[in-house]
Amino acid sequence: MNHSRSRRNPTREPDFPTVKPPSPGGSSSGGAGAAMRLIVPLQGVVQGRGGLILGSIIPGALYYFFQLYLKRCRSAKPNSNPPSPSSSSAQLADLSRSSSRSNLSSRGSVGPVRVSARANSIAKPNASPYYIGLEMASEDPYDRFDNPDGIMQLGLSENRLSLDLIETWILENLERSMIGGADGHLNISGIATYQPLDGMMEMKIAVAGFMSQVMGTTVSFDPSRLVLTSGATPAIETLCFCLADQGNAFLVPTPYYPGFDRDMKWRTGVELIPVHCRSSDNFALSVTALDQAFNQARKRGQKVRGILISNPSNPIGNMLNKETLYSLLDFAREKNIHIISDEIFAGSTYGSEEFVSMAEILESEDFDKNRVHIIYGLSKDLSLPGFRVGVIYSFNTSVLAAAKKLARFSSVSAPTQRILISMLSDTRFIQRYIETTRERIKKMYVAFAAGLKQLGIECTKSSAGLYCWADMSGLIRPYNEKGELELWDKLLKIGKINITPGSACHCIEPGWFRCCFTMLAEEDIPVVIKRIQRVVET
Amino acid sequence: MLSRKARLDAHGEDSSYFLGWKEYEKNAYDDVQNPTGIIQMGLAENQLSFDLLESWLASNQDAARLTRNGESVFRELALFQDYHGLPDFKNELVEFMAEIRGNKVNFDPRKLVLMAGATSANETLTFCIAESGDAFLLPTPYYPGFDRDLKWRTGVEIVPIHCSSSNGFKVTKCALEEAYQQAHKLSLNVKGVLITNPSNPLGTTMGRDELNDLIGFAVAKKIHIISDEIYSGTVFDHPSFISIMEALMDRKLQDTDLWSRVHIVYSLSKDLGLPGFRVGMIYSNNETVVSAATKMSSFGLISSQTQYLLSKILSDKKFTRNYMKENRKRLKTRRDMIVAALRDAGIGCLKSNAGLFCWVDMRHLLSSNTFDAEMELWKKILREAGLNISPGASCHCSEPGWFRICFANMSEDTLNLSMQRIKALVGRIQQCRRGRVTHQDSGCNSRRRSFSKWVLNLCSYDREPDR
Repeated sequence: MNHSRSRRNPTREPDFPTVKPPSPGGSSSGGAGAAMRLIVPLQGVVQGRGGLILGSIIPGALYYFFQLYLKRCRSAKPNSNPPSPSSSSAQLADLSRSSSRSNLSSRGSVGPVRVSARANSIAKPNASPYYIGLEMASEDPYDRFDNPDGIMQLGLSENRLSLDLIETWILENLERSMIGGADGHLNISGIATYQPLDGMMEMKIAVAGFMSQVMGTTVSFDPSRLVLTSGATPAIETLCFCLADQGNAFLVPTPYYPGFDRDMKWRTGVELIPVHCRSSDNFALSVTALDQAFNQARKRGQKVRGILISNPSNPIGNMLNKETLYSLLDFAREKNIHIISDEIFAGSTYGSEEFVSMAEILESEDFDKNRVHIIYGLSKDLSLPGFRVGVIYSFNTSVLAAAKKLARFSSVSAPTQRILISMLSDTRFIQRYIETTRERIKKMYVAFAAGLKQLGIECTKSSAGLYCWADMSGLIRPYNEKGELELWDKLLKIGKINITPGSACHCIEPGWFRCCFTMLAEEDIPVVIKRIQRVVET
Repeated sequence: MLSRKARLDAHGEDSSYFLGWKEYEKNAYDDVQNPTGIIQMGLAENQLSFDLLESWLASNQDAARLTRNGESVFRELALFQDYHGLPDFKNELVEFMAEIRGNKVNFDPRKLVLMAGATSANETLTFCIAESGDAFLLPTPYYPGFDRDLKWRTGVEIVPIHCSSSNGFKVTKCALEEAYQQAHKLSLNVKGVLITNPSNPLGTTMGRDELNDLIGFAVAKKIHIISDEIYSGTVFDHPSFISIMEALMDRKLQDTDLWSRVHIVYSLSKDLGLPGFRVGMIYSNNETVVSAATKMSSFGLISSQTQYLLSKILSDKKFTRNYMKENRKRLKTRRDMIVAALRDAGIGCLKSNAGLFCWVDMRHLLSSNTFDAEMELWKKILREAGLNISPGASCHCSEPGWFRICFANMSEDTLNLSMQRIKALVGRIQQCRRGRVTHQDSGCNSRRRSFSKWVLNLCSYDREPDR
């Protein structure tokens, strides 16, 4: 093993004077000249013409330096003991050469040490209006009583409508559920000690049951196919690491959730290829467009590993029907790629249509299950983003095995798991919660959409999610991204409303905005409408 | 269909460290249900002071019920996903960390980044400091998990700094330089040195000279220092713990370049015995690192409920001081127990003053001075004595025959039983040896050869293990 290491080091210059062979044609370069001076006295010795002193000193010197060189090589090798079975050395053969090699100056001079390029780019303040708006709104948050001039947050898809239900449950059940045993005796080892890093089995069972309940019990989820992570954010990154190499790409229908640009690309090195959907088809996903995007990527030499869909869609709020899901599966099979279906809003439906999960299709039809992976989490449907619970659900055992190991970098806290096991197992409470929350979302949606309509702002037909997709294209001048961002800026700074501009979601048509309405109370809706009106009329 | 990373074995999970765990899971010891099962001595978990935490929780219902002065804080917590972390929690943490260091160092909560476990913290810090193909130097032996946490997704390499038993495995200037040269030979760009102080698996703290040598090295090479101080609260004996920050301040290096290249990783998993809570953190003087790590923490935020509960526990200073004092006392007692029992079996340990484990010298029990012999012995200990301990090879130790044995994750009775088993096994091994030696002394002929073979067979095959 030691030999191969020194052999694989072609660029190191030894630190002793080298003898260069004389260049043909007798050029007078320094090296050749020195060589001649070395060779000539030797020649003299050989031919018996003299130069005896130089002739004997020089070979001696050469021999001495050669021994020195060998000694340095030997002492630089690791211990003469049996080589430690270090997996790091075994992996060196697989090391991909990176730009750090080209930065290597010769030994002795070290350039200024930086942090990684990744850190430098991530540390910079995020330029996307999505993040800017979120930050400004959180620094000056509207409160009906305490801060009526603050910024109203309609840029964060959070559901605050039914927290009261959960709060009541917590007050009545929490302490017992977290560490109390059946006999009332406190036993902390169930939450303090190391638990399986991809989630406790009881938690997986509880979450699988919840997913089934929230998606209408038309589909069942197998707990052994779940990997739990601290939120859907790491779930999607982990899945990306499992399915794609650096430089590979995923096709993503637009408009899409701005967070994907961070979650899927930052550390994985994966690319996202937008597949544009248009208002003329109600932003419906077309397989033709996917096909075009796939072929164009292939021409560019970019390897597409899968499609990422969000269903229900964020930011549109529509749902994919069975036919579209079938076509997607056919397309994926034809191109031999994966499908990631982000179903995090599956329970937040308010329309008349029923949500159909990918899992449901796969249960009933004979499709290749190995290429489908579902992302879920408790942040939206259960209003608990602070508790950090995300799910990777996959039918592919290799993906599950890899994801399980990666889950150690983003595990769910044990005391939180205990509380949720208890809550999710209370299926009667959960049923009441699901039904109540749907009614409340629907009520807010109807009121909000009506309010916008009064201003002449129409929303896309939607039936799920915590937001609507509003068409303000008539209010922007000029009709392009610049105009859209100007309106966004005015709404934020003058109107004191944070909504998300379509360009942050990669929408190809300017003037669309995502407005989340589930962080408001019903009384706040007229305030929002008035503020928009004020900005629009100036 | 899977990515290269998912298919590679670079997660290090095939090492013996994890194999032993798998065997244990199949046949776990239970004093009632499975008294001949495998005793887990390969898990550095602290279960000695659960009673203290339980009694605190019993008398502080507020914290468990997510109420503050009777008012529910549930709503705030349910929605709290700010990657800057719960301010109360961070404020308590920096005070807690300062106290562990005898208040010789003060920490700024704005430089603290919370993550779901030290595993996540170490990986994130690596992403922030190094590019794929760069290297960190790590003194051996080191925690086997680093092969996974620092390398897997980041593409960063580890080059070992070889430490030897001749000086108690201390890091020397020579070893540092040698490792640096080795990295250059491998065409790797060294970005930093990562030390675990107190050390896992050695259980020792770094002395001032050692720290100064390291600081001098980092200044000369202009590289980072990452100090994983996850066991800083478990120092139960002299010499006292010196944090890297303290060492830097003592040398008045606050205004130098090096100051922004030093980072600490910490966690509550070992000091408070709460690995299930998944609480880790990065502390850094480097603004870019703090900013980038804070955003990256989105991939591993700590549950708000957990942050709240812990902020309450840590705010009870009387409790935490008493807990840490009592916990250290219990750890010391355990350490003394195991060292005495091992000595009784003719086995020595490296003199330790911290941690949840001992670094045990079983070189004299090896059939040859090789890692194969170490693996052979490890398997014997696993299968015949029913103990899962960690062989030095899995920690990249450069000398065969050293093992890490954890002592804080079991009851006293179980520990005593494990020591009895080891003693019995050592007795058997030495008996076999004597049998072989006797044979060699009396010369070789075929009848005697077959006799010794029979004796060896008796020793190596599992009849009735003494469990």
